[in-house]
Amino acid sequence: MLFHRSEILETLRMLELENLDVRTVTLGISILDCRGRDFRETVERIVAKICRFASSLNTVACEVSEKYGIPIVNRRVAISPVALLLSGTEEVEDVVHLARALDEVAANLGIDFIGGFSALVHKGATCGDTLLMESIPALLSETEHICSSVNVASSRTGINVDAILIMAKVVQKTAELTAHRYGIGCAKLVVFANAPEDNPFMAGAFHGVGEPEAVVNVGVSGPGVVKEVVRRHPKATLGELAEVIKRTAFKITRVGELIGREVAEKLGVPFGIVDLSLAPTPRVGDSVAEILEEMGLERCGAFGSTLALALLTDACKKGGAMASSSVGGLSGAFIPVSEDARMSEAVEVGALSLEKLEAMTSVSSVGLDMIAVPGDTPWETIACIMADEVAIGVINHKTVGVRLIPVPGKRAGEKAFFGGLLGEATIIPVNPFQGARFILRGGRVPAPLTSLRN
Amino acid sequence: MSDLLVFEEEPSTEHKVVITVVGKDRIGIIAAITSCLAEHQVNIEDITQKILGEYFTMILVGDISKCPIPLSELRKNLIKRGEEVGVRVYLQHASIFRAMHRI
Repeated sequence: MLFHRSEILETLRMLELENLDVRTVTLGISILDCRGRDFRETVERIVAKICRFASSLNTVACEVSEKYGIPIVNRRVAISPVALLLSGTEEVEDVVHLARALDEVAANLGIDFIGGFSALVHKGATCGDTLLMESIPALLSETEHICSSVNVASSRTGINVDAILIMAKVVQKTAELTAHRYGIGCAKLVVFANAPEDNPFMAGAFHGVGEPEAVVNVGVSGPGVVKEVVRRHPKATLGELAEVIKRTAFKITRVGELIGREVAEKLGVPFGIVDLSLAPTPRVGDSVAEILEEMGLERCGAFGSTLALALLTDACKKGGAMASSSVGGLSGAFIPVSEDARMSEAVEVGALSLEKLEAMTSVSSVGLDMIAVPGDTPWETIACIMADEVAIGVINHKTVGVRLIPVPGKRAGEKAFFGGLLGEATIIPVNPFQGARFILRGGRVPAPLTSLRN
Repeated sequence: MSDLLVFEEEPSTEHKVVITVVGKDRIGIIAAITSCLAEHQVNIEDITQKILGEYFTMILVGDISKCPIPLSELRKNLIKRGEEVGVRVYLQHASIFRAMHRI
């Protein structure tokens, strides 16, 4: 037989019982050539270009998904950071108009999200960047499928604290404008340090300036598969566990690459990268927290969680890097609290605190993700949380993102419901002591030294 | 020694599918599935089966290069035929197994 019986049954088990799927096929499209004589024409040209490249994305994704019997959960589009097309003479209403137009395109083409209402301000902001940041609350509250991200720091340039202050206010305002839906607008907004240019995952996907005209990037899922393999090795040492996880990550990544290459070929655009991130969903059995608990922790968030997550992330990267030469994006393990039912439960029972989450992000692949905080958290405190997280990324030369949702009118311990893949969350308590006087100093924190690393 | 230097190309999986059939054992399972494959011009290249207690698993490798209908339709028909004899049928493109299990 071409394949061993046990290999065939293993694959089948992953697909049928362990929720192995391709989370997203994300088509990156450059819109840098779309500037028209006025902004109205620019909008028309952007819409036309996205339609030209992405009109068959949904059909192709369905075809490939059918052929291999593997679900492709989301189809997404990432465009060049929109701030690059703004001269600063436009107004907030113009940016919102573009967002509405693209929201309609997404709905018409069967695309789940369009990302790229982004600005890269890690050293400073242009007039266009500032306008984009100002427009975020309005555009996120008026659209369904649009995502936004702002890169406020990088290891090369340091931390733009002024931008963090702006973004903290943007987050607060976005939550207020979507108060009737638990502040869901904030679920579509990430503040980054060291943002990758080829990330297929939302809300942070945008088409970087170093990327080709169009490109297909793929994000795989697979926490369920890893959890099962851990479950089958109850007596393994941590070294042995790392080995079996690595092998599993290899297999998951291969599936992602197979799908991505085929979609790219059918769309006639180059294949970019596979993002190896273990991305959980609220479904039972599709959770990163369950993996940590299967490793032996009573609850995700207990001491030991940081090492467990470090082991998991590193093993995923190693297996993935062996499986594909085109690895990129965020690659590791996501810990989005509301999107991971078990992680959300850990918050509810008090096992997982904001402080522990922050520690865990120093070894995971993203950052403080999908965390619901009390609606009355002062914006200065939100800025401080962002600043702390960004510092971890900048000093450790890694990507981090912050996706906080201050849920209007809700206190710690109450619940917020976002629905679908975004899940639900228990609102986490926030340390009430103030850092306002510190963060309001503003300015830019210089880039860190790369030697003397202790 | 020179024959060791001859490289054998791995067979292509471009037109191959793997069909897995699981369920309670009974008379006529193989007949039901293979007749359905024959109706759709799928050539069976390999077949293995095992009975564990009352449970039956069969794995077939088929060539679909002459199959006139799309894979999704073939899958639907096989699943339906399987239901008639009380078994679950999974059809997967063989490339996926190669991607996962071969370096």
